[in-house]
Amino acid sequence: MADGGVARFWREIPQRYNLIGNKCGSCGRVFFPPRESCPYCRRKSIGKMQELKLSGKGEIVTYTIIHAGPENFKKQVPYPIAIIKLEEGPQLTAQIVDCDVDDVKIGMKVESTFRRIQEDGYTGAIYYGYKFKPLK
Amino acid sequence: MRDVAVIGVGLTKFGELWDKSFRQLTAEAGSKAIFDAGIEGKEIDAMYVGSMSSGRFVGQEHVGALVADASGFSHVHIPSTRVEGACASGGLAVREGYLSIASGMNDVVVVGGVEKMNDVSGNAATETLATAADQEWEAFFGATFPALYAMIATKHMHDYGTTKEQLAQVAVKNHANGALNPYAQYQREIKLETVLNATTVAYPLGLFDCSPVTDGAASVVLCAADKAKEYTDKAVKIIASGQASDTLSLHGRRDICTLDSTVYAAKMAYKQANLTPKDIDLAEVHDCFTIAEICAIEDLGFVEKGQGGKAVENKITTLDGSLPVNTSGGLKAKGHPVGATGVAQIVEIALQLRGDAEKRQVNDARIGLAHNVGGSGATCTVHIMEAV
Repeated sequence: MADGGVARFWREIPQRYNLIGNKCGSCGRVFFPPRESCPYCRRKSIGKMQELKLSGKGEIVTYTIIHAGPENFKKQVPYPIAIIKLEEGPQLTAQIVDCDVDDVKIGMKVESTFRRIQEDGYTGAIYYGYKFKPLK
Repeated sequence: MRDVAVIGVGLTKFGELWDKSFRQLTAEAGSKAIFDAGIEGKEIDAMYVGSMSSGRFVGQEHVGALVADASGFSHVHIPSTRVEGACASGGLAVREGYLSIASGMNDVVVVGGVEKMNDVSGNAATETLATAADQEWEAFFGATFPALYAMIATKHMHDYGTTKEQLAQVAVKNHANGALNPYAQYQREIKLETVLNATTVAYPLGLFDCSPVTDGAASVVLCAADKAKEYTDKAVKIIASGQASDTLSLHGRRDICTLDSTVYAAKMAYKQANLTPKDIDLAEVHDCFTIAEICAIEDLGFVEKGQGGKAVENKITTLDGSLPVNTSGGLKAKGHPVGATGVAQIVEIALQLRGDAEKRQVNDARIGLAHNVGGSGATCTVHIMEAV
C-alpha cells in the first residue's frame, strides 16, 4: 500500500513509533491518531489540541484471525488483527503478537511493542510501527 | 420538493464477464433502462454514474464523460457526473439524481452504476477494495476489508450470542434467491455445511460469508413523478432518500456492532416517508458479508439490536417470510460490482413493486427499501420506494 510514498510514511513516524496522540484542551478527550480539531468541541478546540504520548496499554475490543492476507502480509498468515481500546480512551487497529493465535480473546489486556510492519518488496523501504502483545 | 419516480430499469448479467469492457457494460445497462422507460436521448437532462474505483480496476478515471460518450450522448452534450463513496457509490448516484429532480433543476435523469473488477488479479482487487477502509490506520497494519467485517462478527457473536450457523443461513438464503434471478452471478442453491466448511478468509468469516468479485452495471431512469405518465404506466415512486456518514475507520465508531450511518440514514428516510420499519414489505440490504445483513436488519429497525441472527434462523427474511430480504440474491449471490450495487438494489425493488420479479416475486409488495453501505459503514444511503 505504501508504494513509492516514503514521505507518506515518514510524516506518520511519531504516531506509529511512539503512539503520539493528542488531547482536546476544551473537553479533555484524547485522540489517536491526533486530530486537527475535536469532533465534539469543533471550533472551541482549534488551537487547543495538545500533543500526548499514550501509555500503549489497553484491552482487546474485538479481533479476527486473517487467513487470506494482502501481498505484503502473505508470509505472516494466519495472523490476528484486533481493535484495542487504550487506557486513555482512543481505539486503534493493530496486530497481536507474541502469543498463540488461539489465545487471542475479547477483553485480553495488551501492551504496544515496536515491530516491523511491512516492506516495499525485497529492495524497498521497511516500515515499522506498533503491534500489541499480551500484558505481562 | 417534487416527487420523483423510477420509470425505467436496466441490468447487465452480473459475473465474470471476460468478453465485456467497462464501457460496453455501462452502455448495455443504460440502453436497457432507457428502452424500458420509453424515453429518447434528447429528453435526458443529466446523468449520474456511480463507480468506486475505475482508476484502479481498469486504469480509467473521468468516467462520467466516458459513460455519456459510450452511451451515445457525447454529441448532445448531456451533463454527466461521476459519484464515489466506495461500495455506496451507486446509492449516492441514485440520491444525486433524485435530489436534482426533487429540486426542480432536472425532469429526467439517467443514473448508472458500474464496476469492472475482473480485469485485475484477485490480489489487486482485494487491495483496491481495501481502499474503502482507512489506508493509514487500518490497512497499513495488515487489516483486510473482510477482516473489518470479521471483527464486527466476532463482537456480535460475543455480545449477542450470534452463531456461525446463523451467519451461514444468510448465505444459504441469498443463494436460494439468487437461483431465481437470471442476472445473478451465482444461480445455484448451497447447503449450510458448504458455508460452514469453506476455507477461512478472516475468522469467523469463511469464503461463503463473503460477496464475490463481480463485473456488472445497472441503470435506472428517474423522472419528476407528475411527468412519469407521459412515458410509462409502470412507474414506481421514490418516497424517501436518506444518507449519513461515520468515521472512516471501524475502530473510531461508537459501537463496533452498530453501523450508525445506517441508523441515521434510515431515520432520515423513515421521517421523510412518514413510515416506520413495520411498514416495509421487502428490503434489499448491503450484505457484502453475511454479518453485514444481520447488522443491517437490526440497524434499519426491522428487529431489535442483537436479534438479527435469530431473525435469520427463524426464516423471517426468506422469500416467503414476513420481511423478505435480498430477494435478488443480494451482494452475496447476485454479485457485488461495487459501484453498480446501489443502483442494482433500486432495480430489484422497482421490479418487485411493479410485479415484474417473476419467480422471486413477493406477493402484494407495496413498499420496499434499499440500503447501500460504503466501506465498513462510513457511508450509507437508504431509499424507500412505493408502488403507484
